[in-house]
Amino acid sequence: MKTILYFIQKEFLQIFRDKMMLPIIFAIPIIQLLVLSYTATYEIKKIDLGIVDLDRSVTSANLISKFEASPFYILKLVEPNYQVLDEMMQEGELEQIIYIPQHFEQDLLIENNTTVQVITDAINGSAASLMSAYSVQILGGFNKEFLIEEMMIPLGYRQINNEVAYWYNPELDYKTFMVPGILVLLVTIIGLFLSAMNIVKEKEIGTIEQLNVTPIKKYQFIIGKLMPFWIIAMFDLGLGLIIAKFVFAVPMLGSIPLVIGVAGIYLILVLGIGLFISTLSDTQQQSMFISWFFVMIFILLSGLFTPVENMPLWAQKLNILNPIAYFIEFMRLVLLKGSSFMDVWRNIVSISIYAVVMLGLATLRYRKHS
Amino acid sequence: MENNKKQVVVKDLVKKFGSFVANDHLTFEVNSGEIFGFLGANGAGKTTAIKILCGLSAPTSGEVKVAGFDIYKQREQIKKSIGYMSQKFSLYDDLTIAENIRFYGGIYGLNRQQIKLKTSDYMDSLSLHEYASSRVEELPLGIKQKLSFMVAILHEPPIVFLDEPTGGVDPLTRRQFWEMIYQEAQNGKTIFVTTHYMDEAEYCHRVSIMVDGKIEALDTPAGLKEKFGVDSVEKVFIKLARG
Repeated sequence: MKTILYFIQKEFLQIFRDKMMLPIIFAIPIIQLLVLSYTATYEIKKIDLGIVDLDRSVTSANLISKFEASPFYILKLVEPNYQVLDEMMQEGELEQIIYIPQHFEQDLLIENNTTVQVITDAINGSAASLMSAYSVQILGGFNKEFLIEEMMIPLGYRQINNEVAYWYNPELDYKTFMVPGILVLLVTIIGLFLSAMNIVKEKEIGTIEQLNVTPIKKYQFIIGKLMPFWIIAMFDLGLGLIIAKFVFAVPMLGSIPLVIGVAGIYLILVLGIGLFISTLSDTQQQSMFISWFFVMIFILLSGLFTPVENMPLWAQKLNILNPIAYFIEFMRLVLLKGSSFMDVWRNIVSISIYAVVMLGLATLRYRKHS
Repeated sequence: MENNKKQVVVKDLVKKFGSFVANDHLTFEVNSGEIFGFLGANGAGKTTAIKILCGLSAPTSGEVKVAGFDIYKQREQIKKSIGYMSQKFSLYDDLTIAENIRFYGGIYGLNRQQIKLKTSDYMDSLSLHEYASSRVEELPLGIKQKLSFMVAILHEPPIVFLDEPTGGVDPLTRRQFWEMIYQEAQNGKTIFVTTHYMDEAEYCHRVSIMVDGKIEALDTPAGLKEKFGVDSVEKVFIKLARG
């Protein structure tokens, strides 16, 4: 026990003596949380819209005013010449074009039927489907009003009224959704990179050999090495939770002790991976590249930025091995939904088993002699 | 009893890396209180052998006992009984002298009082007071090296392994370093040292010379010179190394 304390003391001395470490520990997580949370947004606002109006009727003007009034749209111009708008879209000045044909009003009143074309720049597929959903919604609303006012069809006449409720995130604030995930990212990166580089550093400067001739036990070495980074990462998690609560007002419905407890286990898993990587590599560059490679894949698979359900099945299956996915899901469930232990025990068991396996592998790989 | 007098007993030690034989049936003994010079050209297999004796590397075959303990079964006891100073200095550059002593002392199980005592003892005997608040990276090479040696024997092991301890330092510092080695040998420590400097070989009680993984000669410096009919260990070495 004493040996471990001497070891931890030495590690902390070295960590805080390194000029780069304080910014890494304090500034990077805070900046990451603040910047990523504001930038990683799913919302589409301020869509640049152009409208071709060949009808120039009261009805078409009414429809145009609906788009003008929408907070999602910026109506750039209304033009009778489609060619002009087409060129503007080519140049990226417009994201959507609404094409109102000739005899729009007339067809609607006499033929009971007309067509409006919606053209969307679909280079970014998910943005395009959102934009087109917005426009369809506006057109639908317009259609309904038209029926009531012009055709004198009374409200409630053979129609389904949609009553939409958004649970767990009623204001549809994307930050509520992103912040718990980014918190996970942050402690993972701090824990993994620092631990993966630290032991390799002792290899590089040659002190590992000196340690290996001492009677220090394997478990003492591993605990001594991992404990400081565990403490630092837990500290960062606490800091992140405070920022989440007071800057982003993320609701914290579930049990905070549960979050902290599971984070403690999760960090053992992350540090185990870091230790394992460091036993595989000889230089800090190597361990950095390997860590980066895995973190990138884990993040993209984890569902932080894109829903896991949209990924091909084989990619979804890969998440069985993705520690970040387990923990992000856990964090979102507990913080946003207030899930209790019984709802997330599967995630906890997976993280725990994974932690034991990785720490075991790392301990096996770390040898005091060759 | 026999083992108490022999700090190192090696019989038919073989170490292979694939098909390459780094140590080819080494057999030798090192007596208690002896300064044993372990000589050889670059790549002759010295470091491989020293790593086996320190328990850093496992032998392919052969019998090895260090400080009376078996290398296969009693590795951890051996680690408590040996000091080791490698070619790379093993101190932490970003820690001060006292912090290094405290860390290694703690690892070897010294208590707080012992560590305090050792620290002030070393500060005095190596005149380190002016460097008390400096980090090790700021120390002159000679001082760093003496300190490495003292840290390697912090826990007062009966035997110390020094792997090319005097690489890159000036002749005066080398001389002072050897005076320290003599001092420790007189205190009863066994010193096992590898070196490139043939003048240093003359300081040893006995010298072995390795060529291509084999021990080609083992005797006192005087005995070697007589046997090969030359006037320095250097000439013995050159004769052997040329084959």
